[in-house]
Amino acid sequence: MSRIGLRIAAGAVLAFLYIPIIVIALYAFNAERTQAWPIRQFSTEWFGAALDNPSVRDALVLSVQVGLSATLIALVLGSLAAFAVHRFHFFGRDAISFALVLPIALPGIVTGMALNATINTAGIGFTPFTIVVGHATFCVVVVYNNVIARLRRSSRSIEEASMDLGADTWQTFRHVTFPVIRSALLAGGLLAFALSFDEIIVTTFTAGTQETIPIWILNHLRQANQRPIVNVVAVFLILLSAIPVYLSQRLSRDGGAGPTSR
Amino acid sequence: MTPATTAAPGPPASLRRRLLATLYRHPRTQLLILLTPPAGWFGVVYLGSLAILLVAAFWYLDPATSAVVREFSLTNFERLIGEPVYRTVALRTLTVAFLVTLADMVIAFPIAYYMARVAAPRLRSVLFMLVLLPLWSSYLVRVYAWRVILAPNGLIDWTVQQLGLPGFSPGVSDFSMWLVFSYIWLPYMILPIYTGLERIPNSYFEASADLGARGATTFRKVVLPIVLPALVAGSIFTFSLTLGDYITPTLVSNSQFIGNVIYESQGVSNNVPFAAAFATVPVLIMAVYLLIARRLGAFEAL
Repeated sequence: MSRIGLRIAAGAVLAFLYIPIIVIALYAFNAERTQAWPIRQFSTEWFGAALDNPSVRDALVLSVQVGLSATLIALVLGSLAAFAVHRFHFFGRDAISFALVLPIALPGIVTGMALNATINTAGIGFTPFTIVVGHATFCVVVVYNNVIARLRRSSRSIEEASMDLGADTWQTFRHVTFPVIRSALLAGGLLAFALSFDEIIVTTFTAGTQETIPIWILNHLRQANQRPIVNVVAVFLILLSAIPVYLSQRLSRDGGAGPTSR
Repeated sequence: MTPATTAAPGPPASLRRRLLATLYRHPRTQLLILLTPPAGWFGVVYLGSLAILLVAAFWYLDPATSAVVREFSLTNFERLIGEPVYRTVALRTLTVAFLVTLADMVIAFPIAYYMARVAAPRLRSVLFMLVLLPLWSSYLVRVYAWRVILAPNGLIDWTVQQLGLPGFSPGVSDFSMWLVFSYIWLPYMILPIYTGLERIPNSYFEASADLGARGATTFRKVVLPIVLPALVAGSIFTFSLTLGDYITPTLVSNSQFIGNVIYESQGVSNNVPFAAAFATVPVLIMAVYLLIARRLGAFEAL
């Protein structure tokens, strides 16, 4: 294939990837309630309407709360697992990384249905906590991958040097190890938040009647009178999931955001 | 970074030091502290849930009271095999997952090739980011965008009309579903192929050309065999993600996927055991798929 042909093909695929996103962003500024193309009149009135909508605000608050909680749990569990696998040899070491990747390697409905069956069987109601449990479970691997990639690239000799100079384990961690993994933690945390904020399939099985932002969109997109607000909320969702991913990618050169880390 | 001057919170330094020193001399204890929280979470919450899923698949609903009877029974599986509608749904899901994977391989290859072998390093990293962003974000919005674009009087319909042709609005249809799935999972195929192509040394291309092979022959005999594991690795994602989705079929088609039946069984008809039983089907399919993928060397390309 010629270079020009390849260049055209690459451009066409990029257009294919981004035109739908651009189109929906434009519709957020559509003054009319109909979704016909082309847009005849632009307006920013729906942004105000979306922010004034109590169910949108509730969904936004829930999504942010769930995202932050799931990210926090994923940061703790993911880095503990990364340190254990990197620093020690033990029985079942290979099974750890396999177990961590399972929630996203298995089809989403399986993870969702497994959690749903458990919630139903145990008789616990659907609360923000049940959503957080589901999200944290598939977010751990993202942090784990980022942290372990960083640990593998960094040398342990600086920690030994720190101990030789009289620092204890905690001081070494606080002043030597932590600064090394800090940006990997941040990158992993940002990805975990983006993943949680955008997730819908597992969430529909663990949320009951609660509405996160994606579920709010799903519940309202068929209602013609809600369409302008749905378009605005869609733009929120794009921004709040894409910006963390972009920042995370800028932070980590470990390739921690490859497709295999999902 | 002078440890001696660092004010430490918590217990007095001497006690803390003794505690940490003891810990330092007992690596097993350290490991236990590190491992218990993540292993506990995954062992109890996740593997425990999967175990409950498996067990619940053999429970059944009392026909009279619609309450779950926690006794072993093959009722759900008899129903899955006996009623042809579930075979149709499973077969449809599989067929679409296969067609989506095929389409993504064809669409992904040229851009992956351009990124890996033609683009300058700076352009390459920009392209990488542009492909990566949609992989991680805006799943639902991108499906919703296509619903709007494919609707009558939408962008596609309008564009076709501008070309002087009668309009084209697939709206909600199986064609739309295939198109949207192929679009949504495309980055998952591009990135493994890109990585596979990038690893091929230039000398392979030179050697092939020196031996008289033309572009097409080099592609068929050199590039394709090397990239095959990467293609299979990408297909794991496109296949598994299509198999496990039910939102896209709901939004852009009128067809039911395995996921739709599962979701409605647990949500609408409150039949959690039947939903759990049907959820074992994608697990089985993926187990077989992963075994084949492993034989083709896909795990090394991940």
